[in-house]
Amino acid sequence: MTRRVVITGLGVVAPNAVGLGAYEMALRSGTSGIRRVPLLDELNFACRVAGVPQGVDELAERYFDEDELLAMNSSHRFGCIAAVDAWEDAGFERPSHDDDHVHWDAGAVIGTGIGGIDTIGERIVPLVDGGRVRRLGSTMVEQVMGSGVSARVSGLLALGNQVTANSSACSTGTEAIIEGAARIRGGLAERMLCGGTEGASHYIWAGFDSMRVLCRTHNDEPEKASRPLSASAGGFVPGSGAAILHLESLESAEERGARIYAEVLGGALNCGGHRSGGSMTAPNPVSVRRCIRQAIADARIEPGEVDLINGHLTATGADPNEVAAWVDALEATPETFPVIHSTKSMIGHGLGAAGALESVACILMLRGGFAHPSLNCEDVHPEIEAYAGSIPHEVREMPGLRTIIKSGFGFGDVNACVIFRRWAG
Amino acid sequence: MSRDETYAKVMEIIGRYAKNKDALEGASEDTNILEDLKVNSARLVDVILDFEDEFDIEVADEDADAVNTVGDAVSLIEAKLG
Repeated sequence: MTRRVVITGLGVVAPNAVGLGAYEMALRSGTSGIRRVPLLDELNFACRVAGVPQGVDELAERYFDEDELLAMNSSHRFGCIAAVDAWEDAGFERPSHDDDHVHWDAGAVIGTGIGGIDTIGERIVPLVDGGRVRRLGSTMVEQVMGSGVSARVSGLLALGNQVTANSSACSTGTEAIIEGAARIRGGLAERMLCGGTEGASHYIWAGFDSMRVLCRTHNDEPEKASRPLSASAGGFVPGSGAAILHLESLESAEERGARIYAEVLGGALNCGGHRSGGSMTAPNPVSVRRCIRQAIADARIEPGEVDLINGHLTATGADPNEVAAWVDALEATPETFPVIHSTKSMIGHGLGAAGALESVACILMLRGGFAHPSLNCEDVHPEIEAYAGSIPHEVREMPGLRTIIKSGFGFGDVNACVIFRRWAG
Repeated sequence: MSRDETYAKVMEIIGRYAKNKDALEGASEDTNILEDLKVNSARLVDVILDFEDEFDIEVADEDADAVNTVGDAVSLIEAKLG
């Protein structure tokens, strides 16, 4: 069984904006969400900047009950706000606690790359090592279990279909969309809330800092620190936040007269098996090309139909390899290569949330007919100089924008690629 | 501290966890914490920890297990405070 899957709701909690209208404006204007984080100075991090959504705790107090907030770390707050927003944006109301109706045909796949490590670092480790297990209270498990956010969302919205969390490092958010779409395509659900969330915690970022994969060259100019596609890219800027897409079968959306943003045309997931140069931390170039081609085949389009590439493009040395993979997989020349950019240039690398944050950007761009600028790459990397004309440094109006391909690659040599198409009605 | 003062502090703590905010309005010492106020049973652990912090007492597990109503909680705390 193969059914068409459309997107009928969106929610976003990003470092440069919270909420759809603000996010679209930030994307259009190239507003950076990267700021200096004083705690990282204090703790001797090499990278002292990060992307953290602003004003979330105040917002969370309006969204959630006091007892719910006591059990919600930053990843929960980001993810649950985005999920509630996506649900309401799709035209549904938040149910009350004493309404026993369950949405049996609606589920969730909400992933995270690292999970509730702030709760582990700030609560569990000090209390347990201090012999005070008893003082942990009842909210530790739900804040550190991988499925904590999807579990909380299911209770907030009375979801009754599959409710789960996926985790595939930096491809998590993109993978969640593909997994949820597959469930709807197969007739197992009518609606799925899909996306990713990642907390804002120095405990998450520390391991990457020690690996020397974070940017350490622009601590005094935070907005210039995230430099995908540039010759001066020196590592990624850690990000955080959440985004959720409300996916729905076309039948269900049409039946209830829902507003449709775009269609999930197809997608693919694979792994390079840590071969041909692939490793825990580097992609097998064969599998990346294969994943892109499989997504195009799944979407039943020709490579030439792709108008815009929303790349993984983190600002490490891997960016030129990624561009080479796109050139090969799309069988493109410098003349035919689509527009390419990196949302991470504005918001940093949201890890498990990245694919979802960037997919929401894709949907807003499809609807609005524009490509957001890719910041901080005026000095395009010499290996991709031939394709420099495809990189927008200012917002590029694209009234004919119809098809976006979005990728996410992660530690473990895993790849995800999804294709969105503007809904023409 | 008078029993009324203890009651007020107990209600403030339990109120954080109560799903039934209406029942909170008309609560008394006879009000059942789980059934009337709809506090999630798992959260009783947190309610007890909050009592410990607020009143600077320690509550043994068996004492905590005997708390069903708001009045039970007030009596337990008064006994601990002596």
